[in-house]
Amino acid sequence: MTDDLFKLNIDGQDIEVPRSYTLMQACEEAGAEIPRFCYHERLSVAGNCRMCLVQWQGAPKPIASCAQTVGDMRMNPDGTPPNILTNGNYVEKARSGVMEFLLINHPLDCPICDQGGECDLQDQAVAYGRSTSRYAENKRAVEDKNMGPLVATIMTRCIQCTRCVRFAAEVAGVEEIGMISRGEGAEITTYLEQSLTSELSGNVIDLCPVGALTSKPYAYNARPWELRKTASIDIMDAMGSAIRVDAKGDAVMRIMPVVNEEVNEEWLSDKSRFIWDGLARQRLDTPYVRKGGKLTPVNWGEAFAAAKDALSAPADKIGFIAGDLIEVEQAKAALDLARALGVQNTDCRPAGAQYGTDGVRERYLLNPTLMGVEEADALLLIGVNPRKEAAVWNARIRKAWLWNDLKVGLIGEAVDLTYDYEHLGDDPGALDGLFGRDSEMAEALRNAKRPMIVVGESVLCRDDGAAILKAVHDYALEVQAVTEDWAGFGVLHSAAGRVGALDVGFVPGEAGVDTASMLAGDLETLVVLGADEADLSKLGDTKVIYVGSHGDAGAAAADIILPSAAYTEMAATYVNTEGRVQMTHRAVQPKGEAREGWAIFRALSDVLAKTLPYDSADALRDQLRDANAVFSGLGFAPGASGVDALKAPIEVAGSVDAARPFGAAIGDFYLTNPVARASRTMAECSMQKQGLETAVAAE
Amino acid sequence: MLQDKDRIFTNLYGAHSPDLEDAKRRGAWHLTREMLGAGPEWICDQIKQSGLRGRGGAGFPTGLKWTFMPKTVSETRPHYLVVNADESEPGTCKDREIMRHDPHLLIEGCMVASRAMRAHKCYVYLRGEYIAEREALEKAVKEAYEAKLIGQNNKNGWDFELYVHHGAGAYICGEETALLESLEGKKGQPRLKPPFPANAGLYGMPTTVNNVESIAVAPTILRRGAGWFAGFGRPNNTGTKLFCISGHVNTPCNVEEEMSITFKDLIETHCGGIRGGWENLKAVIPGGSSVPMVPAEQIMDAYMDFDTLRDLKSGLGTAAVIVMDKSTDLIAAIARLAYFYKHESCGQCTPCREGTGWMWRVLTRMAKGEAEHDEIDQLLEVSHQIEGHTICALGDAAAWPVQGLIRHFRVEIEDRITQYRAPRALVQGGVVAAE
Repeated sequence: MTDDLFKLNIDGQDIEVPRSYTLMQACEEAGAEIPRFCYHERLSVAGNCRMCLVQWQGAPKPIASCAQTVGDMRMNPDGTPPNILTNGNYVEKARSGVMEFLLINHPLDCPICDQGGECDLQDQAVAYGRSTSRYAENKRAVEDKNMGPLVATIMTRCIQCTRCVRFAAEVAGVEEIGMISRGEGAEITTYLEQSLTSELSGNVIDLCPVGALTSKPYAYNARPWELRKTASIDIMDAMGSAIRVDAKGDAVMRIMPVVNEEVNEEWLSDKSRFIWDGLARQRLDTPYVRKGGKLTPVNWGEAFAAAKDALSAPADKIGFIAGDLIEVEQAKAALDLARALGVQNTDCRPAGAQYGTDGVRERYLLNPTLMGVEEADALLLIGVNPRKEAAVWNARIRKAWLWNDLKVGLIGEAVDLTYDYEHLGDDPGALDGLFGRDSEMAEALRNAKRPMIVVGESVLCRDDGAAILKAVHDYALEVQAVTEDWAGFGVLHSAAGRVGALDVGFVPGEAGVDTASMLAGDLETLVVLGADEADLSKLGDTKVIYVGSHGDAGAAAADIILPSAAYTEMAATYVNTEGRVQMTHRAVQPKGEAREGWAIFRALSDVLAKTLPYDSADALRDQLRDANAVFSGLGFAPGASGVDALKAPIEVAGSVDAARPFGAAIGDFYLTNPVARASRTMAECSMQKQGLETAVAAE
Repeated sequence: MLQDKDRIFTNLYGAHSPDLEDAKRRGAWHLTREMLGAGPEWICDQIKQSGLRGRGGAGFPTGLKWTFMPKTVSETRPHYLVVNADESEPGTCKDREIMRHDPHLLIEGCMVASRAMRAHKCYVYLRGEYIAEREALEKAVKEAYEAKLIGQNNKNGWDFELYVHHGAGAYICGEETALLESLEGKKGQPRLKPPFPANAGLYGMPTTVNNVESIAVAPTILRRGAGWFAGFGRPNNTGTKLFCISGHVNTPCNVEEEMSITFKDLIETHCGGIRGGWENLKAVIPGGSSVPMVPAEQIMDAYMDFDTLRDLKSGLGTAAVIVMDKSTDLIAAIARLAYFYKHESCGQCTPCREGTGWMWRVLTRMAKGEAEHDEIDQLLEVSHQIEGHTICALGDAAAWPVQGLIRHFRVEIEDRITQYRAPRALVQGGVVAAE
């Protein structure tokens, strides 16, 4: 493979790098630090900031290292490798010249700039800036642009690096930001001064190397150096994106993405990023008991006494429903308590999805993995809208479509996914005969070495969900999507807690009934674990014990409320749609009297004299690992290791209602869960999406 | 002095009709089929031997440039010839005359050059302000199509389509890669190089971009022989050249002359001398606004060619000779040019976007004398901070006139500042305009 390597001499050090490297990568390989503004490794090369200049000895001009491919370089006349200098007078002079130009029209408003303290321009000005300005003329001012409720703009600070433009066009797939005018008058704007019609628009804030694009909800709230930074996991969708929760005192101030190549690369959806104001609103911070029709704050003892009362009903008249955001520890503790009480009516599928009861984990995982879409050569989406259900993954699909020539087909609602796809039909009937159909996509699937068949959770919630799952699985077997090293069949979940709860076994026990039956009103007592999306209207006299963090639909219908911690307030386990076990960490304390979910059930078990056999979360997790080996490893997706389980067809009765169209997978992207519904920012976004005037956007 | 029999552009002044029949009578479209039939190697070889250097300003050998194109054409990667008719360099007005009065020489040249680079399609990118030129060129193209001189299955035996594209009037679109961007329908911003257009040009395909004059002289060179063309001028600076002489001469004009004619001969022969006599000459910008000025004593006996002017730290550029006599306020003149570059910078890369405006502002003050003496060095430094640090050559083009001014007329700036400050002695160290 030596042909593919290229020899360079960087700062006197000989180094061999692949010919496809840019000079910047080569310099970094050699340990040199290259300053840059416009260059970003996940975006195309623009080469416009001119900060990354290096000296190529013998070349007439300094070289923009981000734009120079190593393989295109010439050897020295005497045949020795080209000599590159990344420091020294020549380079420093070139860079400080560029830095001076960047600064002459940049406002000196760092003290009131939200980027202050984490600003590339500030940092690099320390290294390359002059101590005083030689620029005696008037500075340029640029009018601010309206970019919606999420992104604040102070465009005078803009250095025209065009990272945001390239992000919107390349990653988000919406060509809505651009540079207008030219020369000094060049301005970055969304052409019609609207927010981006992208679920990923917040990422331009991270990309912006200066304070031109900042977070509107976070504006003037905190300084980066005051914030406590906690690495954690996002639960707004089932991807389990890596995040960093920045907190000050007892408040979450903002949420930022962290790099996880296998999951979210370094992007984050707007919902995950801007949800944090919902963590401070509508919170349940003390137990409540309904007295005389009115929810009254009580202490834990009183609440437990009332709960004991309610749970003294016959075991077959009690039910447990776990919601979308439930963490594994709480699911485990609640399930253990239910079984200790002899309760078999347990279900973690509030919307009634028909999977997870046969004990075969691979049948409800996204086996091909999120990253697998970059290896796949054909992707068939069935009843999925990845743009809303897993916005960051959608960007990855777009990437694969753009660079790997991935062919995409869709059965279901025809929506704008930011990439081209073949629409194969609206209903499950489209699967019939798809294998032999004369269409580009059908052929791509037949010929694909690594076809990827993904079915959405929402279509499995239909009456014929189990049959659809079987039909999709059968089709996957037909196109040979399951081979020795490729598990091409998967379910894309939209709820962060679902896979974990299924792994715990939070499904109806022997002779137990499922959610739909539990909600019919025949039970005496129903324990609702944050299942605010379940339809509680038919419960009648059923006593409802609600365990959750937000005062949403579930709390309104409850007779007893036991307040629990939200995902930023505890170390908790979540399993993402791929089956990847990950943990959140505590960034702030639970609100008021709220406790971690598992601890509530542990304490309640004591009151009920059915004491659960663990006194700490660690002890609980030990038992979890003993019960199910999948919890032993953190952070990896099983992927193709489950192919054997997928080889046998699913055996279920029932038939597919072939003519009934798949509806929309998610109604309102911004309002899918109790935290989101408590967030003002999300409400703004939702209103704006519907074309309603919003307070912030009008500013 | 060039004799009439050796002129390529025999209708430069529009004395005759530009129509096909008249153009043919003047020699256009003569033996075209035979030239095309001789094959690309022969054409490139002839052009190389003629010593033709690009007439757009940089002076790169045209024949050599043509050979950079891949030797074989793959089915999925067609070759393109793009003609740069975005003639926007201040002082330059040669291509417009070709397009207005001798368009058939250009069209024929496009065909010959396309054959040389195995292209079947050619685009002529016309400057936005050139309305009459576009009409004239389009008329000629139509004539050529109708006469089956170009198009599919034409008389000349090389399938050839020619499209005239009208730009929107941005100077930067004269930069070859910005031109390609603009032609593709995008914003006219220069591309990063490499890759060079010969590898990935228009729509990512192998492309060569040439100036109108370089293309238009090609058929005549082939007809009359490389040796004929190479017989004019000095070695490495051969051929005939259109000079556009403007400014303080008695009769400003466009004229085709032999390369390496001395400045004095050029002016005396064609322009009726300097206004107020040779004693009155102050400085000359010999190659369009982008090249540094040369003071009178250095330019007078200089050969007007690439190498001589390069040695004078200037350049032949587009051979747009801007003559300035002693009535000229050189500082104000360069300030005006600085405004032009500030206005035409595309804004893509930092040094040019920010630096051009800085230089213009400082020069505007300097023209009045409202500056400090040490700002002269500072201005020079700023110009060096721009030069060579940008994506395209506009940064260099903006920096050079300023450098030329300071190199040769620094004393004048200093005097201006001193004069301005003399009656304002109390304003110590204060640059009034900056307040």
